[in-house]
Amino acid sequence: MSTLAPPVTGTWTTDTVHSTVEFAARHMVVSTFRGRLPAFQAVLRAGDDGLTLTGEGDARTIVTEDENLTAHLQAPDFLDTQRHPTIRFASRSVRVDGEEVTVEGDLTMRGVTRPVEFRGELRGPAEDPYGNVRLGLEMSARVDRGDFGMNWNAPLPGGGLVLGTAVTLSAHLELVRQAL
Amino acid sequence: MARVLAVSGSLRRGSHNTRLLEAASALAPQGVEVVLLEGLRDVPPYDEDLDGDLPPAAVRALRAAVEGADAVLFATPEYNASVPGQLKNAIDWLSRPRLTSALWGRPAAVVGASTGRFGAIWAQEELRKILRTAGARAVDGGVAVAAAGGAFTPDGRLADHAHAEEMRALLGRLVAEARVPAAA
Repeated sequence: MSTLAPPVTGTWTTDTVHSTVEFAARHMVVSTFRGRLPAFQAVLRAGDDGLTLTGEGDARTIVTEDENLTAHLQAPDFLDTQRHPTIRFASRSVRVDGEEVTVEGDLTMRGVTRPVEFRGELRGPAEDPYGNVRLGLEMSARVDRGDFGMNWNAPLPGGGLVLGTAVTLSAHLELVRQAL
Repeated sequence: MARVLAVSGSLRRGSHNTRLLEAASALAPQGVEVVLLEGLRDVPPYDEDLDGDLPPAAVRALRAAVEGADAVLFATPEYNASVPGQLKNAIDWLSRPRLTSALWGRPAAVVGASTGRFGAIWAQEELRKILRTAGARAVDGGVAVAAAGGAFTPDGRLADHAHAEEMRALLGRLVAEARVPAAA
């Protein structure tokens, strides 16, 4: 494992205005449909034994471009947000090599916890005009929604299924160092 | 006492599906009350213009009946290989507003009777799909009563022991769903 230069120290939390958590799945075989998880918080901690990343989101805030689709995604067919309102992530390892980052950890959705691996880039630190120090962490992972108990689908008239099983989760996080 | 609202998709007098729900009432586990919905016929066609602060009285009554139940048991006939229009229409009303609707997260089960050989299995399957899309918690499995004209005893029970057992098991699963607490 290598470290950033200059080294990342302390505790960093998301600037939610400048951060986005999204999901995307193949739709109608040919295109991609996306949605967002607006209410979430992530924390990056740099300790003696390296970096840890944790995150938590309120699944009841999941939103897409269509209210019917949003509701279906929150229904028992998908996230079942009534019984499982929280989506969680906790890293087991965070490896940084230059700007490349690999985060392995456990993702909990719909009450099911599965290992996932995010890959992406970690940039910074950079100081903003107000004296805050910021890091950019952009990463994505591919999961099979069936692993989390979300098996809904519908056949298309010309063959094939309307919704892909592979879902890309992406996090675009702007992290601000907390005062010591 | 758990309250199960029973909704028959057939409006006519002497409907096999209404009889199926009456038979279900007698098979309900102890501590479970099955209440038949009245007034499905009076629900107007879904119209977003009418779905404002004060929707039609029949719709308010329908929504209140579902909201007052721990679970809903639907019995559907099969019209042209699918769910009767008036039943689908009622579910359309019950599915709005989307995330706070009467059906949102509500446990539901589907059974069906037909005079044909298949016991409304396609309508039942479609109804489960419709309910799930509406956000209801539709349990798996159903009861398919074929040749419904001869399926009941004179005192209204299911003549076939296997049907009665399926109904008992389905009601058990339905009530179990209703007893799962929502997550904190």
